Amino acid sequence: MAGNTPLLTVNDLSVVFPSPKGDVCAVNNLGFSMGREKIGIVGESGSGKSVTGRAVLGLLPPYARVTASDITFKGRNLLTCSEKQMRQIRGRQISMVMQDPKYSLNPVRTVGNQISEAYTIHHKAGKKQARQKTLDMLKAVRIRNPAQVYGLYPHEVSGGMGQRIMIAMMLIPEPSLLIADEPTSALDVTVQLQVLAILDDLVQERGMGLIFISHDLALVSSFCDRVIIMYGGQIMEVVDAVNLHKSNHPYTKGLLGCLPKIDGNPDHLPTLVRDEAWLKPPPKCFGRGTAL
Amino acid sequence: MTKQALKQPVRILVMLSTTFLGLLLITFLIGRVVPIDPVLAVVGDKALPQVYEKARIAMGLDLPLWKQFFIYISNVLTGDFGTSVLTANPVIDDILRVFPATFELAITATVIGVLAGIPLGIFSAVKRDSFLDHVTRVIGLFGYSLPIFWLGLMGLMFFYARLDLLPGPGRVDVFYEGIVTPVTGFLTLDSMIAGEWEIFRNAVYHLILPASLLGYYSMAYLSRMTRSFMIEQLGQEYILTARVKGVKEWKVIWGHALGNCAIPLITVIALGFGTLLEGSVLTETVFAWPGLGLYLTNSLLNADMNAVLGCTIVVGAIFLGVNLFSDFLYKIMDPRAR
Ligand SMILES: Nc1ncnc2c1ncn2[C@@H]1O[C@H](COP(=O)(O)OP(=O)(O)OP(=O)(O)O)[C@@H](O)[C@H]1O
Ligand SMILES: [Mg+2]
Repeated sequence: MAGNTPLLTVNDLSVVFPSPKGDVCAVNNLGFSMGREKIGIVGESGSGKSVTGRAVLGLLPPYARVTASDITFKGRNLLTCSEKQMRQIRGRQISMVMQDPKYSLNPVRTVGNQISEAYTIHHKAGKKQARQKTLDMLKAVRIRNPAQVYGLYPHEVSGGMGQRIMIAMMLIPEPSLLIADEPTSALDVTVQLQVLAILDDLVQERGMGLIFISHDLALVSSFCDRVIIMYGGQIMEVVDAVNLHKSNHPYTKGLLGCLPKIDGNPDHLPTLVRDEAWLKPPPKCFGRGTAL
Repeated sequence: MTKQALKQPVRILVMLSTTFLGLLLITFLIGRVVPIDPVLAVVGDKALPQVYEKARIAMGLDLPLWKQFFIYISNVLTGDFGTSVLTANPVIDDILRVFPATFELAITATVIGVLAGIPLGIFSAVKRDSFLDHVTRVIGLFGYSLPIFWLGLMGLMFFYARLDLLPGPGRVDVFYEGIVTPVTGFLTLDSMIAGEWEIFRNAVYHLILPASLLGYYSMAYLSRMTRSFMIEQLGQEYILTARVKGVKEWKVIWGHALGNCAIPLITVIALGFGTLLEGSVLTETVFAWPGLGLYLTNSLLNADMNAVLGCTIVVGAIFLGVNLFSDFLYKIMDPRAR
């Protein structure tokens, strides 16, 4: 159920981190286009998933060399945006939920304060109104006692609740695109499902686009509309989630082969096949390229 | 719940009193061990043996050691540190008289250090490896490595002797001395209370050089500490969260990162302040500043044991107090410690 109007288009995105041991090409000539749909990005550790998300937000460290022929969001070229214009897009238009609420919430400010800050940055609102909005948003992520949770500090909430608070904080300015960077990896399984259900409902309800970054192929294929398979900073293939198991790409097959199966113990653990030949030579990178 | 709430202060109290008792034991033992005969110090070395013996008994020095220690403790707790041989005043009176001068200097220096050092540290963390960062580093390095008495003398020579912009040593010009009645002990405040604006101006001028000098040292240290705390905090993930929300960069730094830097900074500032309260011996000597440091030095040079030990106890108590206060602030700033 991919949307028709492209929400985000990325073309020829490359990100290089200079380092004393030679440049590391974290993302190499990456391109994709998405509507208001749920798109998953899967790949092994270090394949450049997080860097891609941060590049879209313009939040890579200043020493990173980012080049692209095109990053267009809602018809607007993000590459030519000033820092000030980017700040108005961040949060308000594109938001991001990160992996571990333990680290991604400011430990010395109450969660209510942090959520309402996200709202007041982008909306003219008095203290009372912002507070009310925050309480509503807490309710929307199914927190039962929002008034009490409002005054809690991050160390006083559980992981699952912390991640719901993160989602509330990132959705309160009503962005059109949410990047969720392994939003459930730090949670235990039962809580994972609750948080995912909340995320799913809110994204559906608000007609948002979602980039869901994950290691979990099974999860992504059931949760997303399309899946981008990444390896070494490049896209191996983009497949519809329902057709994932029919993929012919050796790397995708390899990833699928590594999933544990309920029936039958394999007599040997499958290893992932990797082939340098899949990678295009990195034009903008010096040295050997990827850090794999 | 209430039991839990009670436990904390009790624990702190026990810890404080053990530490203080330990301090008293040490000062007591030092007082018995040093090769200075307290009896001789009182009666003089030409006294007859009978007089000597009488004085010894009067001073309680014939009692067993543990008894002496108990008497010592109860004396100290009632504020009796004995009499200064040098000034013939009770030591406690002397300390109470000189301490405000040190306190005034320490507070001014700390305020200068905090106001200059923290913004400078933040700036060099944010603009890491920039020209300004290097300049700050060099300034800080100077602060560490130059001996303070030398800088003090240079300052006096330049601003007092050469340029005549600032007054010379002392807390106030000689002809203003002893005019205002001490209320707070802070000359600047007391002269204000008395409405003696000439004296107030003079006292402030006298304060500028020594306070800036100590403030410079405190700034040098604080800016380095702030820089490293700030760099650490700016690498944390909640900073990325704030940026994702679209928070302005100056608000990311002052509103998000600084609140987290403040927690370790409190301890650093408090300890620095405590050190200044000991009386900066060298600075007070160079500037003839009539504070605790100068008093302590004079007592030491004159083998005035009661005064030296009294100062030691006061300094120890100050450190305990400063620690307690910084713990308290820590609890206010860090919700995780409550
Ligand atoms: N700030 C940085 N400085 C230098 N190199 C970086 C930086 N951030 C990422 N990289 C490098 O870029 C590459 C891709 O990193 P990225 O975080 O995007 O991987 P990932 O796919 O998100 O992995 P994971 O699944 O472990 O989160 C890695 O080789 C990493 O070392
Ligand atoms: Mg990642």
